[in-house]
Amino acid sequence: MDNSVNSPNSLVSVRNLSFSRGNKKIFNNISLDFERGKITAIMGPSGTGKTTLLKLIGGQLIPEQGSITVDGQNVHKLRRAELYTLRKRMGMLFQSGALLTDMSVFDNVAFPLREHTSLTESMIRTLVLMKLQAVGLRGARNLMPNELSGGMARRIALARAIALDPMMILYDEPFTGQDPISLGALVHLIKSLNNTLGLTSIIVSHDVRETSAIADYIYLISEGRCVDHGTPSQIQKSASEWVQQFMTGAADGPVHFHYPAKDYADDLLSSGKRY
Amino acid sequence: MIELLQYLGKTTRVGFTKLGRGTYFLLQTISGIASVLLRPRLLINQMYSIGVLSFLIIIISGLFVGMVLGLQGYYILSDFGAEETLGVMVAASLVRELGPVVSALLFAGRAGSALTAEIGLMKATEQLSGMEMMAVDPIKRIITPRFLAGLLSMPLLAALFSTVGILGGDMVGIGLLGVDEGAYWSQMQAKLDFQDDIINGVIKSIVFGFVTTWIALFEGYDAIPTSEGVSRATTRTVVNSAFSILGLDFILTALMFGDN
Repeated sequence: MDNSVNSPNSLVSVRNLSFSRGNKKIFNNISLDFERGKITAIMGPSGTGKTTLLKLIGGQLIPEQGSITVDGQNVHKLRRAELYTLRKRMGMLFQSGALLTDMSVFDNVAFPLREHTSLTESMIRTLVLMKLQAVGLRGARNLMPNELSGGMARRIALARAIALDPMMILYDEPFTGQDPISLGALVHLIKSLNNTLGLTSIIVSHDVRETSAIADYIYLISEGRCVDHGTPSQIQKSASEWVQQFMTGAADGPVHFHYPAKDYADDLLSSGKRY
Repeated sequence: MIELLQYLGKTTRVGFTKLGRGTYFLLQTISGIASVLLRPRLLINQMYSIGVLSFLIIIISGLFVGMVLGLQGYYILSDFGAEETLGVMVAASLVRELGPVVSALLFAGRAGSALTAEIGLMKATEQLSGMEMMAVDPIKRIITPRFLAGLLSMPLLAALFSTVGILGGDMVGIGLLGVDEGAYWSQMQAKLDFQDDIINGVIKSIVFGFVTTWIALFEGYDAIPTSEGVSRATTRTVVNSAFSILGLDFILTALMFGDN
């Protein structure tokens, strides 16, 4: 299918991107658009390179072919200093939170402010408390990262990601491994931050229900290609069997339950061999 | 035969690639020195955790090495009736060789392994990646302050080791075995040369500090980001540092004292 979508209002556009790891082709000539002010989700099975895509957008990896532009700038043509200037306007939420373990929650959120601005400590304090209030963890400011639950760590990391008031946030699997309450809090936070701060959000996830609930647009990726794209309701109604299997989580379908192997009966009867 | 050649070729290629990466890493680290000097707080914090926290192991080891030198030296020198030169023997062995070498080996075990594990785990938990995405260069913010701290701490720790060792020799030689105190100290002062002995010892410890810290930081930064990868990198730090220290010590000794 034609997977190039040209939108004049896109903040990030990926054009004809190809990327391999070793002999494995992760992306094969893929084109995606991420509209300003919207929440766009990239979904697909584990191991399809969703995190890799975020690293490509952030300029941490270099594509073999194709280009990625963020706010009109080609990420991989920028010089180091320019890339760093662009990154100050991007927030990224890592799956693990990636908090600095030798600093308290407060210092973690203050970290980008202290590194990139010359604000006074009292202004930094006000800003940090505002960001922590936004994620509901102002009371946890003196805790150390090892004292936080997984969900709290992710919310703190989110507060840190919005510390410099970025134009966009990249979320790497924000819902994985969360209890229902943390999950609800995160879903609500991502949506409300996007709307109140006028952000553009890119969510990489395989949690169908949560992601469909807040995404404005979804790209489904599998084996290096864009299988389908559209609004959540369009995707739900997709005619593709693969999409239906992915969205409903059926155990068998176009993606087989069994890893490719020789015939079961033959395999059992071929005695004498160890494997 | 072909397999052996293939193995040799592959090992050599992997080794040189790593050396290349290590050199590039070192150049990047050095290029960050100016920005660290503008933020001395980062350096002071690292001097504390790399240098000050190594005091205990350096002081205790230095004391025992000095005491053993006092005992062994006394038994040999007294055979020749030269026990009054005990101070010279203890001080020269410490300042020229044992101070720089033993303290560098201890430093690799105490601080080098800690550095590798810390950096390796920061990589495994995406802290370095996270910093890059916050537009903070992890080399300048994390690596360079530790590198400078290691480089500056090593000669100071070696000096501490030698000083405590000389006092240990004093305790055993004068306190226990009855060597004349005046002779112990005055012979030492007369025979030890500032340039030949002390400066050369300091040069050695700077070289060892440079190499050990470089190895430790690079192994951590280059580690495979898993528990096993970090554990292997930590082991490599200690082993490679020990080889480098002992090998370089021979070369430096030959260069410094070879024509005497």
